[in-house]
Amino acid sequence: MSKFKKKSKTSQEIPTSALPDIIFMLLFFFMVTTVLREATILVENKLPSASQLQKLEQKSLVANLYLGKPRETDRFGSEPRIQVNDVLIELNKIEQWVLQEKDKLPEVDRDKLTISLRIDKECKMGIVNDVKLQLRKAKALKVNYASVQKAS
Amino acid sequence: MISKGKKERAKQEINASSMADIAFLLLIFFLVTTTIASEKGITVVLPPHPDDAPETDVQINERNVFNILLNSKDMLLIENELGEIHMIKNMVKEFISNNGRNPKLSDSPKDAIISIKTDRGTSYEKYIAVQDEVRRAYNELRAAFLQMSLEDYLKLDEKNPEEKELLKKAKEAFPLQISDADASAPKKK
Repeated sequence: MSKFKKKSKTSQEIPTSALPDIIFMLLFFFMVTTVLREATILVENKLPSASQLQKLEQKSLVANLYLGKPRETDRFGSEPRIQVNDVLIELNKIEQWVLQEKDKLPEVDRDKLTISLRIDKECKMGIVNDVKLQLRKAKALKVNYASVQKAS
Repeated sequence: MISKGKKERAKQEINASSMADIAFLLLIFFLVTTTIASEKGITVVLPPHPDDAPETDVQINERNVFNILLNSKDMLLIENELGEIHMIKNMVKEFISNNGRNPKLSDSPKDAIISIKTDRGTSYEKYIAVQDEVRRAYNELRAAFLQMSLEDYLKLDEKNPEEKELLKKAKEAFPLQISDADASAPKKK
């Protein structure tokens, strides 16, 4: 009996004091690697999938343009709309927006501006071609069709 | 006095076991709210606006153009024949790497042009799928040219000078020339 008593005195707990540190490290890893979305997206944005993708290298040279059906159909209608930054714009404002984006960049990099077209896969080519024509007008010729990696 | 002595003997540690739970909650919060930005996609360079570029009449031999047409019902017309999307890759590969053998196909990879025509009603998803298939054909040919597998080719990094040289060579041998036009657009006079 005395033996049992002795054993019960020693603590059987696993030291868990290091656990929060491990979890915090995980937390910091995710906080650093994930990017918070800068803009709230007002349009449906399911990207198409493709297998032969190229990575966009310099994020500072990329401007995002969203295209898709508005989420709030009662406010913005059900036709696909263009969104840049936080607002929905009309087709004829694209040129102005591209100029604004170019102004943000240092002069040497202005020609390197890439427009990332985040187009919903439900969209029709009609509006996509309209947007492309506007971009050509604005001399923003480097374009990237954002897509998701397809498991091949 | 007795109570004082008892206090001193008791451990002064703060119970830190719930700390892990709090950190876990934070971790889950960030996992759910953040999305890993997928800065990947199909890169293209658009032609200049028709008003900017002087209209030049370039005579292109009909045999050097590979026509893909997508109508508003997402039906495919490949070289004037109804086709399916999975057929594109092999047909394009055959077309590019013909090197003048078959008089109906291209003269050389450098002359070959892929023309993708779409309608206003074509779905964007289908268009990207076609673009992707054409690119896959090119990438497979480039990979074969460099004598490596497609997976290895796609892993080549432009930042590495040696690999950049390889990529440049492959791109020179098989330059990607896609002309995409809106078939329903009004023709310029």
